[in-house]
Amino acid sequence: MTKILFTKDHEYIVVDGDIGAVGITDYAQGQLGDVVFVELPAVGKQTKTGEQAGVVESVKAASDVFAPISGEVVEVNTALEDNPALVNEDAQGKGWFYKVKIADPAELDKLLDEAAYKALLDSQA
Amino acid sequence: MTDLSIPTPLHALHLGLGGRMVPFAGYELPVNYPAGIIAEHNWTRENAGLFDVSHMGQAFLIGPGAAAALETLLPGDIQGLGARRIRYSQFTNSDGGILDDLMVTKLSDAGDRLFLIVNAACKAQDFAHIQKSLPDLDLDIATHRALLALQGPKAAAALDRHIHGVAALKFMEQRDFVWRGEILFISRSGYTGEDGFEISVPADYAHDLAETLLAEEEVKAVGLGARDSLRLEAGLCLYGHDIDTTTSPIEAGLNWSISKRRRAEGGFPGADRIRWELSDGLKRLRVGLILDGKAPAREGAEIADDTGEVVGRVTSGGFSPSLGKPIAMGYVPPRFAAPGTPLSLIVRGKPLSAKVVAFPFVPNRYHR
Repeated sequence: MTKILFTKDHEYIVVDGDIGAVGITDYAQGQLGDVVFVELPAVGKQTKTGEQAGVVESVKAASDVFAPISGEVVEVNTALEDNPALVNEDAQGKGWFYKVKIADPAELDKLLDEAAYKALLDSQA
Repeated sequence: MTDLSIPTPLHALHLGLGGRMVPFAGYELPVNYPAGIIAEHNWTRENAGLFDVSHMGQAFLIGPGAAAALETLLPGDIQGLGARRIRYSQFTNSDGGILDDLMVTKLSDAGDRLFLIVNAACKAQDFAHIQKSLPDLDLDIATHRALLALQGPKAAAALDRHIHGVAALKFMEQRDFVWRGEILFISRSGYTGEDGFEISVPADYAHDLAETLLAEEEVKAVGLGARDSLRLEAGLCLYGHDIDTTTSPIEAGLNWSISKRRRAEGGFPGADRIRWELSDGLKRLRVGLILDGKAPAREGAEIADDTGEVVGRVTSGGFSPSLGKPIAMGYVPPRFAAPGTPLSLIVRGKPLSAKVVAFPFVPNRYHR
């Protein structure tokens, strides 16, 4: 059973047991436009909540991606190296950035659920 | 979005097309439409893109000897220009730095009527500079006119269907045309590296003209994002980024825009520096760079030689949709300027390998 949670900075994490798949939201990719490069963290890196974990480059600009949760990076989405447009095509699916072994499940409580994230987007519209 | 941004005469059209509006040089303009920057870029290279460039400054400079007088402010050869021909030039300061770059059209053989197009962010300063420096001439600022650019290999066919005769214009030539009883100033020029036109139209008619052109199957609206990637691929300078008051036209590689007569005679601000740089005093030169990897290098990235020493800085950089890889331009000492020279661009602390290439990155297709 998986669940998806969000940050206010438009990252998401799909949680499956103690592993989370992290990426940027569909809303975020729409704001960025055509993604041309993604800098992924190294496997084995210890990410910390709120710290930079990667960079996404659109035609226009570079944007930092912040870790939604602390933990060790266990896998990165190498498909993005050849096809960064996956982030535009399927941000919350095939466009994931990296998988993390969640250090402290209690941190998940600080993230937004789907309803809260939708409310955030509505308030910004 | 800042409340101070001015809408252009095409504002409603941009909103209707789903344009993503951003403040730019005091105006509210679309950075892209729903198709996105890469699709809009490619459409312009293959078909025809319609750009709203109404933010740019348009003005007539009128009076006896206007061409000779304007030459005291810039190094371009305006007196030697034929009637209805256009020249690209730069207003220079006394240090030979660039105050702005512009297009000058000579409307009459006598050179007593000129039409100028300058950058939006510089226009107030440019016009004040002209009025102060050339008080005997009349500067008629065309605030009531919008400016559209139609760019791409199919631009001529699409435009000529509505405004018969435009296809006969040659690159950097301008004529007046009548459309629905109004006079349009149309030049065969642009800033994408493609064949195309810039159309100065009375503001009240701009919306109708844009809709008429967009109804043609070859034409789609294109935003500022693709305008930037197109001009970068064409190796063209963006004022405030690739050229500014610290860079000279020679450092920027704009030698071609200064004629033999102007080099010999001088008589423009900063002529001494420019002549010195043309002999052997050039300290740095604008170069094109293609990166080997996929990560783009943006404006401000340092340029290092093979020993790691910083030798320059990127002034524009991004992803080239036509080449499918990142490209950049920046300034380096002349010894690093030869095509093929390997250099590194420092992005987030990491050196990315790149090579110097000759401009343009993508061959231009002007209608000469």
